[in-house]
Amino acid sequence: MNHLDQLEAKSVHILREAYRDFKSLVMLWSIGKDSTVLLWLARKAFFGHVPFPLLHIDTHYKMPAMIAYRDQMAAQWKLNMVYGENTQAVKDKETFPDGNVDRITCCRNLKATALKHTLSGNWPRYRFDHEKGDYQLDTNTEAYTGVIVGVRADEEGSRSKERVFSPRDQENDWDVGDQPPELWNQYKTDFAKGTHLRIHPLLDWTELNIWEYIEREKIPIIDLYFDQGEGTRCRSLGCYPCTSTVESTSKNVGEIISELKTGKFANIAERSGRAQDKEDGGLETLRREGYM
Amino acid sequence: MEKERLNIVTVGHVDHGKSTVIGRLLADTGSLPEGKLQEVRDQCARNAKPFEFAFLLDALKDEQEQGITIDVARCFFETEKRHYIIIDAPGHIEFLKNMVTGAAAAEVAVIVIDAKEGIQENTKRHGYLVSMLGLKKVIVVVNKMDLVDYAEDSFNNTETEYRAFLKKLDLDPIAFIPISGFQGENMVKPSDKMTWFKGNHLIGQFDALVKDDNADKTKLPFRMPLQGVYKFTEEGDDRRIFAGTVQTGSAKVGDEVVFLPSQKRSKIKTIELFNADTLAAAEAGRALGLTLETQVYVQPGELLVRVDETQPVTARRFKSNIFWMGKAPLILGKKYKLKIGAKRLPVRLIEVVSIVDASDIGAINKTQVDRHDVAECIFEAVKPIVFDLAGKIDQTGRFVLVDDYEIAGGGIITEEITVDKTLDEEHVKLREESWVRGWVNSAKRAERLGHKATSIVFTGDHGLGKRKMAAALEKILFDMKLNPYFMAYTNLNLGLDSDLEAQGFNRSEEIRRLGELSHLMTDAGMIFITVVAVEDGFDLELLKQINGPTGLMVINVGENRFTQYQVDLTVEPHENEGEVTAKIIDLLKAQSIFV
Repeated sequence: MNHLDQLEAKSVHILREAYRDFKSLVMLWSIGKDSTVLLWLARKAFFGHVPFPLLHIDTHYKMPAMIAYRDQMAAQWKLNMVYGENTQAVKDKETFPDGNVDRITCCRNLKATALKHTLSGNWPRYRFDHEKGDYQLDTNTEAYTGVIVGVRADEEGSRSKERVFSPRDQENDWDVGDQPPELWNQYKTDFAKGTHLRIHPLLDWTELNIWEYIEREKIPIIDLYFDQGEGTRCRSLGCYPCTSTVESTSKNVGEIISELKTGKFANIAERSGRAQDKEDGGLETLRREGYM
Repeated sequence: MEKERLNIVTVGHVDHGKSTVIGRLLADTGSLPEGKLQEVRDQCARNAKPFEFAFLLDALKDEQEQGITIDVARCFFETEKRHYIIIDAPGHIEFLKNMVTGAAAAEVAVIVIDAKEGIQENTKRHGYLVSMLGLKKVIVVVNKMDLVDYAEDSFNNTETEYRAFLKKLDLDPIAFIPISGFQGENMVKPSDKMTWFKGNHLIGQFDALVKDDNADKTKLPFRMPLQGVYKFTEEGDDRRIFAGTVQTGSAKVGDEVVFLPSQKRSKIKTIELFNADTLAAAEAGRALGLTLETQVYVQPGELLVRVDETQPVTARRFKSNIFWMGKAPLILGKKYKLKIGAKRLPVRLIEVVSIVDASDIGAINKTQVDRHDVAECIFEAVKPIVFDLAGKIDQTGRFVLVDDYEIAGGGIITEEITVDKTLDEEHVKLREESWVRGWVNSAKRAERLGHKATSIVFTGDHGLGKRKMAAALEKILFDMKLNPYFMAYTNLNLGLDSDLEAQGFNRSEEIRRLGELSHLMTDAGMIFITVVAVEDGFDLELLKQINGPTGLMVINVGENRFTQYQVDLTVEPHENEGEVTAKIIDLLKAQSIFV
């Protein structure tokens, strides 16, 4: 077994553990490369099926190509696709692009808050109807108690402290100083009523591993990651007002891999194009409040 | 060729400089993202603090304020030879569970000792845990050599003392290396301040390590804990797949396999993977699925092994070495959830054999295990568990204990204990000896009622008509002027079991309570009739034990899947109630319950 086989086996094991122990399980799919690999791993774990819903938080500032790709894959892979959003904040223009709040508050409004209420089921959820080919109000309002998320330890400091099965309280708060032990493939799969768990099957993966795996498995990935002939591409996908592109002529997965290994990105952090991280304490503050 | 990866954990007493050593390694191997070093330097300048390499890791605000590593941080670096993941485990005693988490994920342990302070309590405790967690590759670095003027004898003294300590734990370190993380001596190149040291510098030693070979695990007997049995029929897929991660060994198509403890046998029909080439064998390390040649009904948690290889131990009572991280102490009699392989079930602490004092590895006498204690204990599970002894197959001899939703302890099984009587059998014996009765004894009662007391339990899958049959039996016995009492199982949830959460963990407690209730009802002379969903034959065995000396008749509805329990009667799903009750009445007469 090579290192990708080992990473894959561990992630599959984690997904099966989660499936076994959580009746109300959901996987967050941001459409980015990491959570798309996560989705692929779920298909690995369950032999081509994905036996839980996928949740996307629509900020209304995602690039349109992302939404199109999401719905195309949902139809093709017969996914149980659900999305949620913070309709009120968008309506009241409480967003950074509207110029009314700073970047951190915007992330909090459109992502963290939207996620919290969508997970708990007290804000509307919309489910993809495979017969009609569009989204319908979801009648299931049960809270999701197990949330599978594609964060990686190498992304930034606070994520390097994460557990594979990480408990959150009712307010989504993360107690960084008191986390459960994990040993010998045994994780925290018991939880008191009112709490829920974040499950992180990709914690040990690096950005390079992700691309190597995409190449090996031939996973269809959104083309925003590739240069379309203008000499720029996205390295990390987010909302368009806060995600800058990088100068790169990588047109396919193989070129991205060689760029990451030896090229100009070998020593530049992946999230360096994410403006919200730059504000002091930004990402950690957000993550404690429920940001992924 | 792709480079291999190696996980290294750094442990040691608080303030002995682990984070500094790692920060320095990252900086000097050029593994930091561009701008990261400057970012931390700038942050220090803003806060008027002198720059330290440790700050690179202490990415969280909490930590910088407390000045100690509170959690496990992973960092990545690479050399020409391989990729390394360094796991920085906290040295502070309060964070033992974090240290354990870090160490369990690693193949190599680097124990950091402050040259000036020397060996401290946690230097020893961590040595003990490293040994128990099964890490065999240990490197000891004597750090802060700059504070002892790079003196050779200071290094030698520490090495002699700590080597002697580790020897007691059967640990033989690969190397002792004198370094200075702060000054960068002996880290990525040989130090010119310690020319007396002839060994490898730290990175040189890392690269010289030989990684565990998967082939070693594959040579062991085949062990696959069953995580799940999947059938995704709604999408037209009729494969019934037994999924799990192979811990050790290998098995190929056609091999005869057996699930334990249920002892259900079959042969491997296919090895299932998604979007991958077919594997010649299900080998150690793979997370895969198997289909079998025959229909086999088993619950997740069983251990799949090959029939032609060394069999694991199946037992209820075992001796183990454990470490305890729980907020509350581990106490006698209380039920804890044991997680071993894919199996989860309650266990009780039977005996604390000894508590190890980590500071000098002596023994202390106690009857409970407190937080941060390392102890030798005997446990008994409510049903048989399947394991291998640690040292033979480590992967299947390890377990964790859950207390109040949290993983509170971990351990390795060192010995199988055989007993005359289980805790439940002892309980029933004591109960029967001490039971207080009024003037009416069971003979008088039987004479008045016209029949002896007994219990009749219907079991089988959901939706096969069990409850209807049970209710019909009650009616016909009642019409015969006997004294039956039918209790629907849901009534227990409404009352007696309303304090139990509907979780698998409580199954044995539900069975125990049902057994005690049945004991009371039969003691009152009734023919007690109920319906129960059980996981396996062990549940029925437990029910029979607790029910006590009055007989228990088990009626199985549908396919009989019990390998460990001999049911009294098996009937067809939805079989005609008149026929079923007639068969049961014949059985009752044969047992002289009535004539």
